[in-house]
Amino acid sequence: MSQSDRDDDGVSRRKVLECMTWVGTGVLWTVSGGVPHSLGLMGEAVAQEARGLTFLQISDSHVGFDKPANPNTLGTLEEAIAKVNALPKKPAFMIHTGDISHLSLEAQFDDADRIIAQTRLDVHYVPGEHDFLDPEQKFYRERYGAGTKGAGWYSFDANGVHFIGLVNVVNLKAGGLGYLGADQLEWLEDDLKGRSASTPIVAFAHIPLWTIYPDWGWGTDDSAQALSYLKRFGSVTVLNGHIHQVMQKVEGNVTFHTARSTAFPQPAPGTAASPGPMKVPDGELRKMLGIANVTFKQNEQRLAIVDAPLQG
Amino acid sequence: MSISSTLRSALVAAALGAATATMLAAIVLPGSAQNANPASSPASPVSIDNFTFTPQSLTVKAGTTVTWTNKDDIPHGIAWTNNSFTRSKALDTDDGYSLTFTAPGTYQYFCYIHPHMTGTIVVEPGNG
Repeated sequence: MSQSDRDDDGVSRRKVLECMTWVGTGVLWTVSGGVPHSLGLMGEAVAQEARGLTFLQISDSHVGFDKPANPNTLGTLEEAIAKVNALPKKPAFMIHTGDISHLSLEAQFDDADRIIAQTRLDVHYVPGEHDFLDPEQKFYRERYGAGTKGAGWYSFDANGVHFIGLVNVVNLKAGGLGYLGADQLEWLEDDLKGRSASTPIVAFAHIPLWTIYPDWGWGTDDSAQALSYLKRFGSVTVLNGHIHQVMQKVEGNVTFHTARSTAFPQPAPGTAASPGPMKVPDGELRKMLGIANVTFKQNEQRLAIVDAPLQG
Repeated sequence: MSISSTLRSALVAAALGAATATMLAAIVLPGSAQNANPASSPASPVSIDNFTFTPQSLTVKAGTTVTWTNKDDIPHGIAWTNNSFTRSKALDTDDGYSLTFTAPGTYQYFCYIHPHMTGTIVVEPGNG
């Protein structure tokens, strides 16, 4: 890391502290040597990091959900997409970490696709459990599964970063959590074989690949196996959805991060009788929904994630 | 694989056969809340609320129809350990799923969308 970069960080850190007092959201996290520190708010962050690869994460659009927690999930998805389109720097692509639809109905996928297409970005999907609810469990794969293996896992490279989309929402076991399965784990081990440990890795899946709260099913039974294959890499970022709130953890070289939903918030772990849609006052809803903007600076093992709410 | 498929088919066939042909045993269950039409077997409810099956363990006589109703704002689905029965479709809010149990035994199930949710149906002999 160069001296000038450190100076950049320092300025932003001071700035964010000022801004946080009245904004309170949209913090940019930069991870350097495994230690996260905040850089700034979304607008300035994007401008600063413009040299690197920037991509977007959206998650949990639940198109078709119409209960009191948010009767208009299509509307809030549209707001999220408008926010993407308004970014000062166009992201290279977008990832969607699942629960595109609420009930896997074709009309729900149609509506989601129509709105998401307004970004004119390539979108790399992984499914949520709500995307495999059609009786034959085929709609997701027909729409988003081209070129993928198994239930829809795959990898690709962009700007020297290796991206891995994993599926942990099918063949779930009684009493269990998310599940990757032996076939996918074998594929993952093979996919990583021979790659240089200096290759930055971004792994994304719907259900968190770290155990957040097993009583609510917020974890993946066999994620430890997957993470063991990622251990030797110097920069690993794991992006998940499912829990409809931002959480972050750093463990060694691995940064775990969950994104907000564009549809409805869920309670913080253990603060309610169960997970599920949380009704908040109308004025608060858009502060709890949002998107995440992720930037890599080239030639540096650095990652910045900006979580931007729809409002606030 | 082929053995379990065969077993499953046999069980489903048995359940279907029972549902259409052997509705004659009018077993009155205490706590049978569902006022079913006269031709159907006694019914017993399980509610799905706050990501929990209530009651989590239910004991019924053979021939009883158990009906699950989803009271959550999120869909749930019922799948049977060892594929004892065909799994339900995804149950949206207020949707129901019914199954008639003819063979005594202990049947375990879980929500295939949220598998940490589990439940048990114990079926006792109907004519004992």
